[in-house]
Amino acid sequence: MRRSPFTPFLFLLPGCIILGAFIFYPMLQAIWLSFTDYNMIQEANFVGVDNYKKLFGDDLFWKVLGQTFLYLIFVVPALVIIPIFIAILVNQPLKGISFFRSAYYVPVVTSMVVVGIMWKWVYADTGVLNYLLESAGIIKEPVYWLTSTSTSIFAVMAVTVWKGLGYYMVIYLAGLQSIPSHLYEAAKIDGANKWKQIIHITIPLLMPSIMIVTIMSSISAMKVFEEIYVMTGGGPLNSSKTLVFYIYQEAFEKLQMGYASAAGVVLFLITLVLSIINIKFMSKKEDAVKG
Amino acid sequence: MKPVQTVSKQKTTMPIKPRKKLSGTEIMKKIAVYAVLLFIAFITIGPFLWLLSTSLKSGSENIFQYPPVFIPENPTLSNYVAVMEFFPFWKYLFNSVVVSVLTVLLNILFCSLAAYPLARMQFKGKNIVFILIISTMMIPFQLLMIPIYILALNLGLQNTYAGLVLPHATTAFGIFLMRQAFITIPFELDESARMDGASSFRIWWQILMPLVKPATVTLAIFTFMMAWGDFLWPLIILNDTSMYTLPLGVNALAGSFTSNWRYIAAGSVLSVLPIIIFFIFAQRYFIEGAMKGAVKG
Repeated sequence: MRRSPFTPFLFLLPGCIILGAFIFYPMLQAIWLSFTDYNMIQEANFVGVDNYKKLFGDDLFWKVLGQTFLYLIFVVPALVIIPIFIAILVNQPLKGISFFRSAYYVPVVTSMVVVGIMWKWVYADTGVLNYLLESAGIIKEPVYWLTSTSTSIFAVMAVTVWKGLGYYMVIYLAGLQSIPSHLYEAAKIDGANKWKQIIHITIPLLMPSIMIVTIMSSISAMKVFEEIYVMTGGGPLNSSKTLVFYIYQEAFEKLQMGYASAAGVVLFLITLVLSIINIKFMSKKEDAVKG
Repeated sequence: MKPVQTVSKQKTTMPIKPRKKLSGTEIMKKIAVYAVLLFIAFITIGPFLWLLSTSLKSGSENIFQYPPVFIPENPTLSNYVAVMEFFPFWKYLFNSVVVSVLTVLLNILFCSLAAYPLARMQFKGKNIVFILIISTMMIPFQLLMIPIYILALNLGLQNTYAGLVLPHATTAFGIFLMRQAFITIPFELDESARMDGASSFRIWWQILMPLVKPATVTLAIFTFMMAWGDFLWPLIILNDTSMYTLPLGVNALAGSFTSNWRYIAAGSVLSVLPIIIFFIFAQRYFIEGAMKGAVKG
């Protein structure tokens, strides 16, 4: 029985209709909208690069962009490095280890809204964080974590990291379990201590996982929204506003769909460049390790 | 995980061998490791316990007391009873379940359908189709949300389950994951089935799908977590509060009781309870699924 040449496409059809309708078509429309003054009320007029000119001339946009990069610079290394050590820790054959693995994964399954609400309460002026830090002698008086311009964005970052730790830990666990144990045995015979084993065996062989985590965490850091929406609303004085939050406000609060689309295109280009840099940089490193 | 098994096997097959005594430094090391493990657990679970404690505090207790009181003086469920009046928990739970389950089922169906020819058939344009599908992973939803919103309004999808589900009904990640699973199955299987006169559809459904169950479970868990926790898209597409999913419900609750932390805490606990219970029962699949997704996807 010969297959009809259309058969493969019949199988592809449902999925491709969804991807076409909700990704490709919107993608082209977003680019088109970014050259218009569409505002949901009136028909869209073509305005050329006006939106981009306005965007790049807007101080708030640059502030928001700067803060988005700040987010990236702090959150990505934290999410790439800390989970490696947690994964090594929970990869040991200890009693009750699966309890700890689960406990570290609980934040991952909790919705960001509840996480945000919970941490808002932890961060409160008379909250538990200030109390713990004060009793440990780290701070002398309560810090206004979410309501001070100097700390708000860092307080939100800490929550992003807190929620992501378990997820990336599991990705590293998968990587760790694919490292053959005889390598460690050989290193032990050669007299390498635990720390040396981590530096010379674990980390280099974990490179593919590190690459995945770097790409995933930097793309998700570019898109951070919920934690800011719930905890600070971008404030105080825009100090914790990031690009996606800015796009959301311009589009759905001010109804400046055309202008917001231009900001969306900028977000897309940055994401694209980040992915390419990540892949290039990491594959080079991987080659160096293998060679 | 494996070392544990080998150790226990040794114990059962060689009972005569006395258990190795741990030296003093080894015991200290173990204590140190557990101390670190507990410290991290305290950081990841602590905020939940603080939320729970607040939700159980009675009206006579000052929840803003400094230093904070961790154990409620007279634990009470009255906040839960009271919040149920304003918080239609069951309705939101129902909406969340419907949306998540539909999203999972459609993803399994559409992603595995699309993955089948990409993994096991030769046809013109296959590579281009595959690259186009994979490239959608790079496009942030935040760029698309404006046109999708306009599209959904035009299609009359506002405040409908379809509106919540359809934009996420197929993902490139899912297609990729299923394709990788299909590729690992020997090709002789479908060749011999074809000789017996089975159609492509039957081969997909009766032969291949049962063989890729682990990948299907991984996809289901991933999609479920994404759909269950989704906030931005429901926030945009819903303005009818009776269609709210749990995250939106909690957000609205927090907005309407900005100062009543007891109620907000109780509502938040109610809303995380279903997923945490589900996680406790299915945690093996959650963690294994995420691990498989990482290696193959």
